[in-house]
Amino acid sequence: MAHSSGTDAAKVIEVIDLHKSFGDLEVLKGVSLDAHQGEVIAIIGGSGSGKSTMLRCINMLETPTSGTIKVHGEAIEMKRDGKGGLKPADQDQVRRIRTRLAMVFQSFNLWQHMTLLENVIEVPVHVLGRSKAESTELAESLLKRVGLHEKHDTYPMFLSGGQQQRAAIARALAIQPEVMLFDEPTSALDPELIGEVLAVIGDLAKEGRTMLLVTHEMKFAREVADRIIFLHNGIIAEAGPPEQIFGAPESEHLKRFISALS
Amino acid sequence: MLSWIKPHRVVLMLLAAGLVVYIATAMSWEWLPQFAGDLVAGVGVTLLILASTVILGFLFAVPLGLFQVTGPKPLALLCKGFCTLIRGTPLLLQLWLIYYGVGSLFPQVPWIRESFLWPYLREAWPYGVLALTFSFAGYEGEVMRGAFAGVPNGELEAGRAYGMTPFTLLRRIWLPRAIARALPTLNGEVVLQLKATPLVATITVIDVYAVTSKVRQATYIIYEPLLLLALIYLCLTGILVFTFRYFENRNPTRDV
Repeated sequence: MAHSSGTDAAKVIEVIDLHKSFGDLEVLKGVSLDAHQGEVIAIIGGSGSGKSTMLRCINMLETPTSGTIKVHGEAIEMKRDGKGGLKPADQDQVRRIRTRLAMVFQSFNLWQHMTLLENVIEVPVHVLGRSKAESTELAESLLKRVGLHEKHDTYPMFLSGGQQQRAAIARALAIQPEVMLFDEPTSALDPELIGEVLAVIGDLAKEGRTMLLVTHEMKFAREVADRIIFLHNGIIAEAGPPEQIFGAPESEHLKRFISALS
Repeated sequence: MLSWIKPHRVVLMLLAAGLVVYIATAMSWEWLPQFAGDLVAGVGVTLLILASTVILGFLFAVPLGLFQVTGPKPLALLCKGFCTLIRGTPLLLQLWLIYYGVGSLFPQVPWIRESFLWPYLREAWPYGVLALTFSFAGYEGEVMRGAFAGVPNGELEAGRAYGMTPFTLLRRIWLPRAIARALPTLNGEVVLQLKATPLVATITVIDVYAVTSKVRQATYIIYEPLLLLALIYLCLTGILVFTFRYFENRNPTRDV
């Protein structure tokens, strides 16, 4: 099979023929996608196109109706759920894979009862079993990196959306992930706060991290992405390098989508 | 600096002071030294019952609330049924059913009479503690159900997305967030629980209320012991309220 050949070493994420339905509504109608080591992929598309759902299927926050997800060649094992869909066969495997994929959410989802530092060391200490001293040291440097070092003892509710999202990125980096999944990271932010978050994400893209980025920020996607995926009605309508997608769009849907945004 | 001294306040303070002086001098308190020891012991029993039933009841309330939110469905229905039953019937009735009902069945069962628990089951207080624990669990279980359900789903999702097991998620995120949300309500429930404790006097447990009844029976003085009792409960309530307020003010997520 092509998917188990030697070139797979460089494929960090493989999505193969992914379908997802919510009741009668089929949101994803067969999506396939490879993300290679160090690649930054921006996923664009109108609302309801299935882009967030696709991202959430990768770490099993949504369970695919059918299809396969592979992380570094390891397929997430699925079994029939008895209702015509699938469910993960081995929750331990899902959890193990989740600790290698870091998700950044649209609404930040920081734990409100913990300070920023506690948020950042939580997963390393209580999921990965690392020492508190080691995790704290890493967390302090990550908070410094996202410009929040002086806020490490502050609770999330006292921070702006931009600050919370930067802290959430520090939390994601703390697990030293193989892939970062960004689910519309700036969509819940006031316009004047978007820039500070994009600057942090742009930095990460430059240092060669593998990233999947669902976004509405077209200009940003064009700058940082190696490849753009345009989802429309649950299928990949068009994919390619940014120059091609934005410079010479082929499908009518993509042309309309781009012109509507500019 | 002394601007808070206004004529109406001075008048009210003088009236209050006059009332205290009247109560202290004109009413009869000569029984107090004789029963002081009993009263202190009674307050001790009241506090012991309050603390034990609040702690046990809360431990019971956590699964009662949690299972109603997470299921499985039969368990959720069972928990809901328990809370409804407890909240829908008078505590006095529950107490008597447990003490006179269950408590009177036990002596007829030989292996219970022979068990190591029998010395305790012959006493009244275990039935009082049991009934008050169930009662607190029933009310607090409903509060915890709401508190668990009210924790933002995104925070739970973040825990799952980072590979937490369901138990880690509960211990690190869900439960602490739910307790923080339930704390203000918990305060009120504990105060209500304090004022439910005198019911145990009806099954022969000697709490502070039972002591004042004893004073009345021994001395035929009616109002003074009751006034003192009111003062004692008022002080205990005050202490509870201030303790909880301290913890609430330390709680950084009280507004979320």
